[in-house]
Amino acid sequence: MFLSVWMVYPTVRTVLRSLYSDKGDRFVWLSNYKRLFTSDTLFTAIKNNALWVLIIPAAVTAVGLVFAVLVERVRWAVAFKVAVFMPLAISLFAVGVIWRIMYQQDPDRGAINAALAGARGFVSHDGVLSRARPSSDALEGSTKRGFTLKQPVRAGGVAVLGLTAIRTPEIPEDAADAVRPEPLQGGIAGVVWRDFKAGGGTPGRVERGELGIPGATVELRNADGKKVDSTETKPDGTFAFDKVADGQYRVSVGSGTFAEPFRGVNWLGDRLITPAIMFAYIWVTAGFAMVIIGAGLASIPRDVLEAARTDGASEWQTFRRVTVPLLAPVLTVVFVTQIIGVLKIFDLVLAIAPGSSTDDAATLAYVMWQRSFSGQNLFGLGAAISTFLLVLFIPFLIINVKRFRAEARG
Amino acid sequence: MATAALERPQPAVLDEGAAARVGRFLRRAPVHVVLVLLGLFWLIPTTGLFITSLLSASDAAQGGWWNFFAEPSSWTLENYRNMFDNEGIVDALLITAQVTLGSAILPILVASLAAYALAWIDFPGRDWLFLGVVGLLLVPIQMALIPIFSLYNRFDLFDTVPGLILFHTAFALPFAIFLLRNFFAGIPKDLMEAARIDGASELRLFFKVVLPLGLPAIASLAIFQVLFVWNDLLIGLVLAQNNQPIAPHLASQLRQFGSNLDVLAPASFFSAVIPLIVFASFQRYFVQGLLAGSVK
Repeated sequence: MFLSVWMVYPTVRTVLRSLYSDKGDRFVWLSNYKRLFTSDTLFTAIKNNALWVLIIPAAVTAVGLVFAVLVERVRWAVAFKVAVFMPLAISLFAVGVIWRIMYQQDPDRGAINAALAGARGFVSHDGVLSRARPSSDALEGSTKRGFTLKQPVRAGGVAVLGLTAIRTPEIPEDAADAVRPEPLQGGIAGVVWRDFKAGGGTPGRVERGELGIPGATVELRNADGKKVDSTETKPDGTFAFDKVADGQYRVSVGSGTFAEPFRGVNWLGDRLITPAIMFAYIWVTAGFAMVIIGAGLASIPRDVLEAARTDGASEWQTFRRVTVPLLAPVLTVVFVTQIIGVLKIFDLVLAIAPGSSTDDAATLAYVMWQRSFSGQNLFGLGAAISTFLLVLFIPFLIINVKRFRAEARG
Repeated sequence: MATAALERPQPAVLDEGAAARVGRFLRRAPVHVVLVLLGLFWLIPTTGLFITSLLSASDAAQGGWWNFFAEPSSWTLENYRNMFDNEGIVDALLITAQVTLGSAILPILVASLAAYALAWIDFPGRDWLFLGVVGLLLVPIQMALIPIFSLYNRFDLFDTVPGLILFHTAFALPFAIFLLRNFFAGIPKDLMEAARIDGASELRLFFKVVLPLGLPAIASLAIFQVLFVWNDLLIGLVLAQNNQPIAPHLASQLRQFGSNLDVLAPASFFSAVIPLIVFASFQRYFVQGLLAGSVK
C-alpha cells in the first residue's frame, strides 16, 4: 500500500508526465525526449554520465582491490581501514565542501595547488619578474620572448640591460648594488639590473643605489640568431662570457627569467571540473570497495593460496591467477553497485561545481533537479530525464528480479 | 605491482632470528610507506575542513589552512559559537534530527512486519509481491520527485517534517523489506513450528522470536538509514523550502563560497560529526549491513 502511493504511483505518473508539456497542460508526445537529446547542456550531462560509468566503477574497484590486498599485509590494518572508510559516513555535501577547499585555485589556499607549486619549486626555479619592462628603448622584446639588446655587441664590449617595473619584493634577497662591469679582453661582460631608484635617475645608466638582478639567465646569440652560450647573473647583476669568437652578438635576458609564477591549476574550471569531482568521488567510495573486497579476500581459503605458492607460483601469479578469479563475484558486486551509484550522482556535482562550471559538470540527476526544481520548473523535461534514468536502470532491475526468482525456485 | 617482486623468497640467511626479522621488515617497508602515505592522503582533506572551521575569518583570509596546522593557539571556537547562535542552522540541525529519527524508526517498523509476513505467512501472491519489492529496489528517487512534489503541495505536506519522513520511508522500504525478509527466512523452521505448536499467536511469534533474532539485521538497517537520511541533500532540497534539513540548508550558502567559509566550514564539519560518531560506534553493524545488502 505504502509503496504504491510513494513509489509505484509516482513512477507511473512520471513516465506519463514526461509526455506532457512543462506546465502539464498539453500532450506533447516525445518532444521532451527530443529536447533531452538535442540541447547542449543535456547532451553534456549524458556524455558526463557515460564518462562516469566508464571510468568510476573500474577505478573504484581497482583502487579497492589494491588497498584490500596491501592492507592485508600490515598489522595496523584497522587504522588504515578506518581512515579510508571514514569519508563514506560523511555526507556527500560535506565532502563537496571539503574538496572545494582542497581545489581552490590560489596555491596559497588550495592544498592541491600548494602541493603542485611545491613540487614545481623543486623542478624549476620560477622567475618572478613577470611584469618587467625594458628601462629604455635600447632593449626590445617581451617577457614571453625575453628582452634583447638592439645594438649588437662584439668581444671586448659591455652589455647593459636595464629593466624596470620590478616590485621590490620580487628582487631576490641576495641582490647587491649593481655595478657596471669593466670590459673583458676577448669576452663580453655586462649587467642586468633594476634601472630604477627612488627620486629618479637616468634610464640606461647604472647608478648608485640601483640593485643588480641575480639569477637572471643571459643568452648570447650569434649573427644567425643561434644561441651560442648562456650564463646566470651574480648578486650585483653582472655576468661575463669569457671567450667569445669574432663577430657580432646579440645579448638577451632569457624568457625563463620572466616566467609567470605558478597561479594554480583551475580544477573547478570548465575543463577539469568533471575529473575533479570524479576524484573526490573515488576518495569517498574507495573505502566501500576496500571493505567489501577485503571481506571476499578473507574468505579465500589460505590453503588454496599456499598450494599455489608451493607449486612455485610467484606472488604476482598467485594474485593474478588465483586471488582475482576467486574474487570475481565480489568484484562484480562492487562494480555493479558503483554503476548504480554513479548513474544517480548528484550531491557532489552540486556541492563542488561552482556556478560557472555547473553546465560542464552536469550529470543526468543534476540536470533533472536543475530543470525542474531550481526555479526553472521544467517538469515535462524533468520527467523525461527521470524516465531516461529509469530506463538505464532497467537492465539491473531485471537482473535482480531474475536472480531472486532463480533463488526462490532453487 | 611493485610489491610482488619484493615478496619473492630471499636467499637463505644463516643466522635466523634477528637478521631474518630485519630482512622481513625491510622487504615489507615499501608496503608500510605506501599505506602510510595513502592513509595520510585520505585524512588530509577532512583535516583541512576541520582546521578551516577553527580559523577566524581574518586568519582564513591570510592563507591556506595548513599554515595553521601547527599553531593550535590560532584556533578558535568562535565559528562554532556563532553557528549555535545562527537560528537557521540550529533549526536545520533540529529538523535533520527529527527527520532522521522518524525515517529510521518508521521503515523498520513497517518493513519488519512486512518481511515477517513475506517470510513466514503463506498468502496468495506472496512470491510475486516479494519480486515486486525486489524490482522497486532500483527505482531511482528521481522518478518520484515531480509527482510527489505536486502531491505534497496539494496535501500540505510540502516543507514539513512528516512529508520528508514519509518520502524517506517509502524509498527505504524495498531495501529494508528485502534485507529483513532474507534474514528472517534464515530463522530455523523447527524453531518457528515449535513456537506455533505451543500456541503462540503470530503477533507473539513476531515479537518474541523473530524480532530478537533479527536484531543484528535491524541494527545495521537502522544505521544505514540514519546515515543516509542525515546526509541526504536531494530530497530535502526538493520537498522542503523554509524548513530544510542541514545539507540542503547549507547548499544555498555555496553561492558565496570562499567569503563565508567561517559559516560553511564549521556547519559542514559539525553536520559530518554526527554520522561519524554513529559510524564509529556501530562500525561492525555497518560493515555487516554493507556486506549483506550491497545491491542498493
